[in-house]
Amino acid sequence: MINPWMRYLVWPLVKFLVAFVIVQVIVAAMNYIERRLLGFMQARLGPNRVGPKGLFQIIADPIKFLLKEDIVPTSAETVAYFLGPMLPLIPAFIVFCLIPYGPPPTFVPTDTNIALLLIVALTSTGVYGIILGGWASNNKYSLMGGLRSAAQMVSYEVPFGLSIVGVLMLSGSFSLVKIIKYQEMHVWNLFPQLIAAFIFLVAMNAENNRTPFDLPEAESELVAGYHTEYSAMKFAFFMLAEYSSMTVNCCLMVSLFFGGWSLSLFGWGITTEGLSHLGVWGGLIGAAIFITKVMIFMLIYIWFRGTFPRFRFDQLMDLGWKWMIPLALVNIFVTGIVVLAMKDLKFNGEILLSIIGAATIAFTLFLLFRGARPAPAKVAHAR
Amino acid sequence: MFDVHEMEVNFGPQHPSTHGVLRVLLKIDGERIIEAKPIIGYLHRGTEKLFENMAYPQCIPHTDRMDYVASATNNLGFVEAVEKLMGVTKQIPKRAQLMRVILSELQRISSHLLWLATHAIDIGAMTPFFYCFREREQILDLFEQYCGARLTLNCMRIGGMPDDMPPNWLDNIEEFIGKFDAAVDEYEALLTNNRIWKRRTVGIGVLTPEDAIEWGVTGPPLRGSGVEWDLRRAQPYECYPELDFEIPIGKNGDTYDRYLVRMAEMRQSKRILEQCIPLIKQTPAGDIKAKISRVIRPPEGEVYHSIESPKGELGYHIISDGKTQNAYRCRVRPPSFVNLQALPAMAQGHLVSDLVALIGTIDIVLGEVDR
Repeated sequence: MINPWMRYLVWPLVKFLVAFVIVQVIVAAMNYIERRLLGFMQARLGPNRVGPKGLFQIIADPIKFLLKEDIVPTSAETVAYFLGPMLPLIPAFIVFCLIPYGPPPTFVPTDTNIALLLIVALTSTGVYGIILGGWASNNKYSLMGGLRSAAQMVSYEVPFGLSIVGVLMLSGSFSLVKIIKYQEMHVWNLFPQLIAAFIFLVAMNAENNRTPFDLPEAESELVAGYHTEYSAMKFAFFMLAEYSSMTVNCCLMVSLFFGGWSLSLFGWGITTEGLSHLGVWGGLIGAAIFITKVMIFMLIYIWFRGTFPRFRFDQLMDLGWKWMIPLALVNIFVTGIVVLAMKDLKFNGEILLSIIGAATIAFTLFLLFRGARPAPAKVAHAR
Repeated sequence: MFDVHEMEVNFGPQHPSTHGVLRVLLKIDGERIIEAKPIIGYLHRGTEKLFENMAYPQCIPHTDRMDYVASATNNLGFVEAVEKLMGVTKQIPKRAQLMRVILSELQRISSHLLWLATHAIDIGAMTPFFYCFREREQILDLFEQYCGARLTLNCMRIGGMPDDMPPNWLDNIEEFIGKFDAAVDEYEALLTNNRIWKRRTVGIGVLTPEDAIEWGVTGPPLRGSGVEWDLRRAQPYECYPELDFEIPIGKNGDTYDRYLVRMAEMRQSKRILEQCIPLIKQTPAGDIKAKISRVIRPPEGEVYHSIESPKGELGYHIISDGKTQNAYRCRVRPPSFVNLQALPAMAQGHLVSDLVALIGTIDIVLGEVDR
């Protein structure tokens, strides 16, 4: 038997630190990847000066942030101004010890039975820092950015949470490890929870203030939104928090809907059991699969950024309250019925749910595009 | 007892989306605009007064600096006004006229490209910005090949053109316009049917045709409201009557229609360029100047001449006393300045985000507003 100190304190801490470092490397790398990839999409180069292919930009940026002058506006609320960038960082870092990066026990820092609930609770506190920072800067644009951010995060927290409920009903657990194990034995939750996955994708974009929901920092409207007055490391903290929570949300997306570290269908393929036969190497393969899936979603963030214009604030609320929340509720209702029926009638509910999901998405798309207005420009000839 | 929580925000003069140094004093209730008051004058350089103190040919470089993203059309308006005052309009050789048309239409495309780039990035679409600049860069290269300058061209003279076309210039233009339609298709693929783009532009800042005329709005904002008024057709100048093009007009007078009008105008400009190239090949090389006196001293009188600049009616009102080589008075009617007047009416009741779209859609250049 392992020493309880080792089991409950040292190992989780070591695992957390390793996960933390890896995720921070991902965050730093994302900065570079985002700029390069956006450059590629936008017919330009992106950073390519510092080091080979501009790779040292990852190091150069933090150095720049550290060396820059740290300006505190004279009219700012000093304490709140300092707290602003710190508060979003704390939950963003804590949740990293709840994410299952690979097959347990080695690659799961902490496996609690309420991991998902804890993550949702923690990430939603990130908004306080943004409101506080926006208010304390004593700048009208910052204030507006902070308020927008608050309203947006609170509104999208609801569909974000509701979209998870269907997954919980299917797998019957809040533990991410159990959710992933359920998926590898059945089917990726993406298929029976198609609508929920879609809502989750939209809501996680909105949660992170990313395009097309980047209203809190809409540079063309609010200069830089809540972080207008922040410079140097304080600004870097905001950015770190944003990218960290992006990573967390992608991890959640992968764990909840895309089978986590497994690549299997109804128990066939790369499963936890299969990986456990390979020992440490199996764990590493699992972690690699997980990270790859996460990176794909990170790239989707960038792809969105290169494609979409920005919503207007009322339209954002409209989308959240009038579309996302009712859809999520309907999804819960339908999933509930199927899950109950599945237990009683002993049939495969996942396939039924997949069909229902696909039909609903097709119907929604039909509703959305039915009202599409034809191009109104009349070209008249005036000769 | 009931406090109305209005907030006053200075939108500009140093703000990313006021396109220069426009300052809009906003009274907002939450995010809704109660009153928007444009304050201008941060870029005033007294250009009109300067015109009174220098000979006519010396004024041309100063016209470049008014609408600095469309300097060829600024040159064109000024030289045509002086030519009209001197009564030599008819003597301008065909080759010079066609070159002027080519330069103005290239300039129209480049100005519209810059408008699209900034308008799109104001609404949050980042990628069209770079795509537009890619094509605009090619146009600036063409300008550079002709006159050495890329932005402030100074490319026209009273009575003709400064130089004949460089070798291969027409081929380069042909190469550019050959690819241009595909490029516009690319911008449209990103925006025209994009649902978010439509939600941000349809029904925003509606100008009825009556309102537009009352405000004196010209150019694409007027045509977006459905008024068929293009000075290239209404008061033809140069060889526009010989060229075949259409005037795109909108229906609803909203931001989306103005967007569509400008997109269609770019395609029409490309069509004009296509027609100019075979025409200019028929004219004798080197025949680019009318035979007028080297010293420009128009007879006593006054003239108002306006052309269709990319942004609307650009007019020059010149009074000559007939004795000096300077204008007695020169007044410019800048389209941006007049179009900007409609902003408060358009912005009323919209949100702050819409104001950004509206500043973009009227397509102002502050150099021209303040002069």
